[in-house]
Amino acid sequence: MMKIYVPRDAAAIAVGADEVVAAVEQTAGQRGLSIEIVRNGSRGLCWLEPMVEVATARGRVAFGPVSAADVPSLLDAMVSDGPHALRLGVADEIPWLKRQTRLTFARCGVVDPRSVEDYRAHGGYKGLERALTLTSDQILTDVTTSGLRGRGGAGFPTGIKWKTVAQAQADRKYIVCNADEGDSGTFADRMIMEGDPFVVIEGMTIAGITVGATKGYIYIRSEYPHAVEAMNAAIAAANRAGFLGHRIGGSTHSFDLEVRVGAGAYVCGEETSLLESLEGRRGIVRAKPPLPAHKGLFGKPTVINNVLSFAAIPFILDNGAKAYADFGMGRSRGTMPIQLAGNIKYGGLFEIAFGVTLGELIDDIGGGTLSGRPVRAVQVGGPLGAYFPRALFDTPFDYEAFAARDGLIGHGGIVVFDDSVDMRKQARFAMEFCAVESCGKCTPCRIGSTRGVETIDKIIRGERVSENLAVVEDLCNTMKFGSLCALGGFTPYPVMSALKHFREDFGRDLGPAPATLQAAE
Amino acid sequence: MTSVYEPWNETRGAEIIAEHAKLEGATLVILHALQEAFGYVPEPAIPMVASALNLSRAEVHGVFTFYHDFRKEPAGRHVLKLCRAEACQAAGGDALAARAEARLGISLGNTTADDRVTLEPIYCLGLCATAPSAMLDGRIVGRLDEKRLDALVAEAQR
Repeated sequence: MMKIYVPRDAAAIAVGADEVVAAVEQTAGQRGLSIEIVRNGSRGLCWLEPMVEVATARGRVAFGPVSAADVPSLLDAMVSDGPHALRLGVADEIPWLKRQTRLTFARCGVVDPRSVEDYRAHGGYKGLERALTLTSDQILTDVTTSGLRGRGGAGFPTGIKWKTVAQAQADRKYIVCNADEGDSGTFADRMIMEGDPFVVIEGMTIAGITVGATKGYIYIRSEYPHAVEAMNAAIAAANRAGFLGHRIGGSTHSFDLEVRVGAGAYVCGEETSLLESLEGRRGIVRAKPPLPAHKGLFGKPTVINNVLSFAAIPFILDNGAKAYADFGMGRSRGTMPIQLAGNIKYGGLFEIAFGVTLGELIDDIGGGTLSGRPVRAVQVGGPLGAYFPRALFDTPFDYEAFAARDGLIGHGGIVVFDDSVDMRKQARFAMEFCAVESCGKCTPCRIGSTRGVETIDKIIRGERVSENLAVVEDLCNTMKFGSLCALGGFTPYPVMSALKHFREDFGRDLGPAPATLQAAE
Repeated sequence: MTSVYEPWNETRGAEIIAEHAKLEGATLVILHALQEAFGYVPEPAIPMVASALNLSRAEVHGVFTFYHDFRKEPAGRHVLKLCRAEACQAAGGDALAARAEARLGISLGNTTADDRVTLEPIYCLGLCATAPSAMLDGRIVGRLDEKRLDALVAEAQR
């Protein structure tokens, strides 16, 4: 029996993984080969997808990128353990994977995401087992000393958030997982939900027993149908195995999980908007305070964290806070699953300790652009993140280092642009996106973004460029300091960074950027 | 694959609403379920949802109109969504979107006159390392180039 792995990750399916599976089944059938196909997640080497692996005595040998037409020769190479043009060697030894520090994504691409048994065989549920032997305070100490900060982008210390909910008195509390991963250039939430969904479930379950919540929701965006399917299947499997529902793992704790699907509103990635949406309302942002930790879902104390924050928890509980905190720099502890995207040669998911520089990520790990042209700009942190020029490639990946350079790491997505990019267009797009997606509650975001689009259009047409640039800068300041949430508040980052670092695109002879842009923070 | 939807039917609509009405915060769940069955959210369903959830018609209408996903009328027989977000822009998505518009003779957000194809923008399918991306009737496609796009457009027009 030959065991063959073909990813069911959406990125692999989008480039032909299902067709490869059909071809493998058909060809093996014709040849009378006995095979078993496992639909694993993706290991994150997206330029090699579909990446097919076969189990051998030396470990899993990988091939990629495989198309259906390659399958007959591929099976020959698998049977004979012989050479093949697409052969990549033992998967674990591929340098791009070996350089990573996979704590959160340790199992992603390795295990069968539908199987609790496989999850447990690879160290899954050890974190929960240990958590069940600890008091709430002991778990909170672990989470706090691990230094874990909210991986959705805000970077708020997870332990403090959990402690606030644990101390709140209420008849009901909730755990909510924010899987509304709307930032372009980010796909880590999708990958882990499709490739290792049980780690998210385990992290949420640990949160539940820590703060005394018995119900959790995972709010997944509707653009991710494969992730929705994977999470639903995993929740059902965890229920059957006794890891969800009543008396989980034989303990006195109960915890139920339910998936809810978004409906195409980007702003619902903002936590209070998401809670409104979960309650069945328009995704209008709430003013804070009260914090969700005090009055969250249905007015009850709620832990709301990003997928990656929950997914980091099982490692911390299993291996101890120190094992996690030993990685990283400054106040950014542990690892970050970084996503390399856009016009990039080696795009994919690269989990590494904080501290790696932007230049290493783009040039060394990412291999520069796919088009082969020079890298001109990289947007870090999604549509609300700043555009960085090559001059800032020495910036280390760290919450504070990016903030110091008027940027943000956000959810860890990096989108690479080559020298054909027109930064006026990118600045305009940032404003347009904000205008379309604004929930409408606060004026700076709702009106500012619309005026921003109009004004940048004037600049593009060459109308009174200097004066209109001053208007854009003024709008950005109003939005930044006057908006209720990060949508209006952070849209100035891509706009101002385009104006500051790529000023030549906005008109000749404009001179250096004014002082307001030099000190945007 | 053409999506097959039921024609609007009040009894069936009421069944769908009743099936989910007991859930916490059921409005979005119900609107999704209605659209899955009928291909859009028929206007007569709005007051039915309101009544089942003890909400005002205005509240349900407000929810329905807030979210990009919900349709007030049926889409074309095929829906082709092109990702227009930054990662796909960086990988040549602008030119491909313009090409699709030219081939179909409509701009993004519209349906061809023969009701065969609805062309829509989508903001991120999470396939950003295999960009540009598209989705045809729920099927995702990455590493889009002119050839693959033309094939998708031709498939949608059939």
